[in-house]
Amino acid sequence: MIGEMDELYREVILDHHRAPRGSAVIDTPDLEAEGKNPSCGDELTLKLRLDGDCVVEVSAVTCGCAIATASGSILAELVTGRTLAEVRQLADAFREHMHGDGDELPDELDPGDLDILTSVRRFPARIKCALLPWMTALEAIASHTQDRPVGVSTTEV
Amino acid sequence: MRSDLHFLKGPAGASACEGQDGDCIRCGAICVERFPVLKRLVNGHRLVYLDSAATAQKPEGVIAAQARYYRRHNANVHRGMHTLASEATDLYETCRRRTARFLGVTRPEQVIMTNGATGALNLAAFGLRHTLNPGDEILLTEMEHHANLVPWIKLARQEGLLLRHIPVTDDGRLDLGALPEMLTDRTRIVSLTHASNVLGTINPVAEIAAAAHKRGAVVIVDAAQSVGHMPVDFDALGVDLLAFSAHKVYGPMGLGFLVGTPEILSRLEPVEFGGEMIETVTLDDATWADVPHRFEAGTPNVAAAAAFPAALDLIEEATLERIRTHEIQLTGYALETLSAFDELTIYGPDDPSQRGGLVSFHDAKIHPHDLAQLLDARGVAVRAGHHCAQPLHRRLGVVATARASFGLYNSHDDIDAMADAIRYAREVFA
Repeated sequence: MIGEMDELYREVILDHHRAPRGSAVIDTPDLEAEGKNPSCGDELTLKLRLDGDCVVEVSAVTCGCAIATASGSILAELVTGRTLAEVRQLADAFREHMHGDGDELPDELDPGDLDILTSVRRFPARIKCALLPWMTALEAIASHTQDRPVGVSTTEV
Repeated sequence: MRSDLHFLKGPAGASACEGQDGDCIRCGAICVERFPVLKRLVNGHRLVYLDSAATAQKPEGVIAAQARYYRRHNANVHRGMHTLASEATDLYETCRRRTARFLGVTRPEQVIMTNGATGALNLAAFGLRHTLNPGDEILLTEMEHHANLVPWIKLARQEGLLLRHIPVTDDGRLDLGALPEMLTDRTRIVSLTHASNVLGTINPVAEIAAAAHKRGAVVIVDAAQSVGHMPVDFDALGVDLLAFSAHKVYGPMGLGFLVGTPEILSRLEPVEFGGEMIETVTLDDATWADVPHRFEAGTPNVAAAAAFPAALDLIEEATLERIRTHEIQLTGYALETLSAFDELTIYGPDDPSQRGGLVSFHDAKIHPHDLAQLLDARGVAVRAGHHCAQPLHRRLGVVATARASFGLYNSHDDIDAMADAIRYAREVFA
């Protein structure tokens, strides 16, 4: 419906899409991962710079639709200043929320504009677009903590 | 001049169209009667179905025939003495005969029924495996659907084959200048699409087949986008094997066809084994049934086969010549309409008479997924993505495109509705 469409493409999302945060390139990242949605070809390169366990700078460069781009921008905005454990907690909560019927994201996670992205749940074909940056972040963190080589994550789950 | 839908008569009892110029509401209504799904609303709007290249909508006759099969005749084929088994076998074999006649094929045994065009192309590739040796070359094109790329990739890995691809020119045609160099003494198979599912380009299959045959290569054509949309005569194409699916021809899902010359079918090996495809079986040995049954192991989709002739009835009523003219007009109108948008790239040849009934495009302002989502909000169904042709999209320099594709039920109004919806999408993204 038009009303639902307005909700999907809310001004906040379109704003993130038009001027994505975290679009500056980081030359020497501490963490790096590439995400892909094989079914639609969307791609994202995520780079994080750390101070100890804390994220101090994010670069999320998306080649994809408005939802994926906005989600990457929101990620860049939200994870700066959080520890890797906190980022993982937020990403896990968002993934569970998008796949399940759970309530809104808990306030204590301070989800910011991510709350608005949860409207994508009503459009099942687009859930993977919203999840792409977050799944990529989880992959990057897993590689880092297990000291595995950087892999390519996909949101085909 | 517009000639939307004038060629379809209404259901029994409805008066025929008088064929006035311009938009004919009565014809539209009649057409909607023939295709029940077109009556529905999507997101509060009339459904504007522009995704027939993915699958065509089904006429009432097809839906009724499939239901009638399950209500009255359901039985397994070729293996029962009772009345229902005999009726089911008759319906199944009638589909083979009708399909053969539809394509101008001399003998019904030349038509193998599969589960779809992908199944047919896999049978073609793996059924010819025993004829191939390491170093042999398979010639494909850059504009193939994954169904005509991935089976060959798998086979090439297994058998040590070399895959070559006829390049696509900037205006979306095959670069036939490259053909003499690409067809070599090692070329064993040439497999290409008749009409591109992204560019719309209709390829000169007969010309390529003649050149390939001079080199002794087997020629396979993927006719998934051409059969049912334009006259296709198997013998005139001069290929060895032709694959297509029923569901893109207004027929049911789960049924496809591999049509071949008697010579190639005698050399093709089965790739699935079990019941129905054998002559004699001992504990340690088996011999194959005759062509085409040796290629149809297991219980086939008899319900789909029972329904497909109803789709051919509709096409023959409308005639392929009129359907083709209609699709050329719609394609021309779509090209003209989309050209009016700035920052919108249209792919494929300019001349609608050299294209199948579809137009792919890329809006520089809106990603194809967002565009398709916003079009859907207006009831307009288009496809967005790589359309199972990633290498071609790489060649075009984009990850994804939006595609509008047409069937005999589409009208100029549908294209106007799409243009309105694109304007709406641009407002949202402005």
